[in-house]
Amino acid sequence: MTKITLVAFDGTRFDVDAENGSTVMENAIRNSVPGIEAECGGACACATCHVYVDDAWAEIVGAPEAMEEDMLDFAFDVRPTSRLSCQIKVRDELDGLVVHVPERQA
Amino acid sequence: MTSPIETDVVIIGAGPVGLFAVFELGLYDLKCHLIDILDRPGGQCAELYPEKPIYDIPAWPEISGQALTDKLMEQIAPFSPEFHFNRMVTGFRKLDNGRFEVETDEGELFHAHAVVIAAGGGSFQPKRPPVPGIEAYEGKSVFYSVRRMEEFRDKDLLIVGGGDSALDWTLNLQPVAKSVTLVHRRPEFRAAPDSVNKMFAMREEGKIRFEVGQVTGLKGEGGQLEAATIKGPDGEVEVACNRMLPFFGLTMKLGPIADWGLNQHENLIAVDTEKFETSIPGVFAIGDINWYPGKLKLILSGFHEAALMTQAVKRLAHPGEKMVFQYTTSSTSLQKKLGVQ
Repeated sequence: MTKITLVAFDGTRFDVDAENGSTVMENAIRNSVPGIEAECGGACACATCHVYVDDAWAEIVGAPEAMEEDMLDFAFDVRPTSRLSCQIKVRDELDGLVVHVPERQA
Repeated sequence: MTSPIETDVVIIGAGPVGLFAVFELGLYDLKCHLIDILDRPGGQCAELYPEKPIYDIPAWPEISGQALTDKLMEQIAPFSPEFHFNRMVTGFRKLDNGRFEVETDEGELFHAHAVVIAAGGGSFQPKRPPVPGIEAYEGKSVFYSVRRMEEFRDKDLLIVGGGDSALDWTLNLQPVAKSVTLVHRRPEFRAAPDSVNKMFAMREEGKIRFEVGQVTGLKGEGGQLEAATIKGPDGEVEVACNRMLPFFGLTMKLGPIADWGLNQHENLIAVDTEKFETSIPGVFAIGDINWYPGKLKLILSGFHEAALMTQAVKRLAHPGEKMVFQYTTSSTSLQKKLGVQ
């Protein structure tokens, strides 16, 4: 299990034991993290699971691929560390990962 | 007023489940008209993930959303369904003769024995960009589509987005508008490379402006846009404009169906599990849009629901007739309908 933390917009922290190979979005939904809608169910087709990767983790998590970058065009207040959480797969190196939920999804 | 189209069944939504309903209903000689807000069949499969593989369609270890749609179209071809695309169902009422009347936003009327709602997540509608207060400008100076180009003549136009719609309208409205500013959050586009090249060439010639950034605020009284604030990598700029066209893709909403008086369960339509009938007899809901205890939003569940709904519609359309259940593998009459006899 890999420990990841999702911080809701109101500051509430959700510390989650995530299975490697699962997506950050799936863990957010399973733990009812407010502000992650995931309308399309993880198909990288809707931009409603948008998160900001904590600056300290941005490099390790990496940049979005072209398709995700395209989808981010539809997100609200996109920033340099913006990612769609359905496209971040949990793995050993992400132990301790922190992501922040934006004020709203598109 | 055009005369109504008389048919057996009106299906709202031409996604996989709506398409398969044509097959099941067709086996019982029930003629279908399908209405969809998109411009082609397939619903979410075609609009959201045409290329994505689906792994849980029985007997298809892997099939893409588009291929599934194509196969369904092939399967229902013998029943000659009639499609009405780019239309939203707006009106609905029960007629005195027990049939239903359905009206579209294009003014067409349909009369049918039964209405089958197979609208999935709802109708695809333009996504409202996340700009505070934008509602006040909608329909007055902010538009989500171009109905007539003339409406933009001599206007200072702000086009927002990075896909084909944004690029195409930038190119097409430039000769008509007084000025065009395109705003996109990054210098890369999702649009056809040819359109992107043309846009950059126009910018070189000084015919349009292109700003990298996101619209964060709008100014203007009484719904009349005067300027937009754009937050870019180098801070905020204000762009004067009196018309804005945001192209932020599509989202799904239940739409006018929500006002039909059907019992609902968290924005889904409540049905029974024998006939998948709603709280209005003769109106059915199948696929992702319905809810019943144990509901799973799977395409295969929708197919099952279509088959059971058909039994009820057949009884409704031809009361008193004996229902003969037959298999396509052995029934010569079904095979004749399928054109394989």
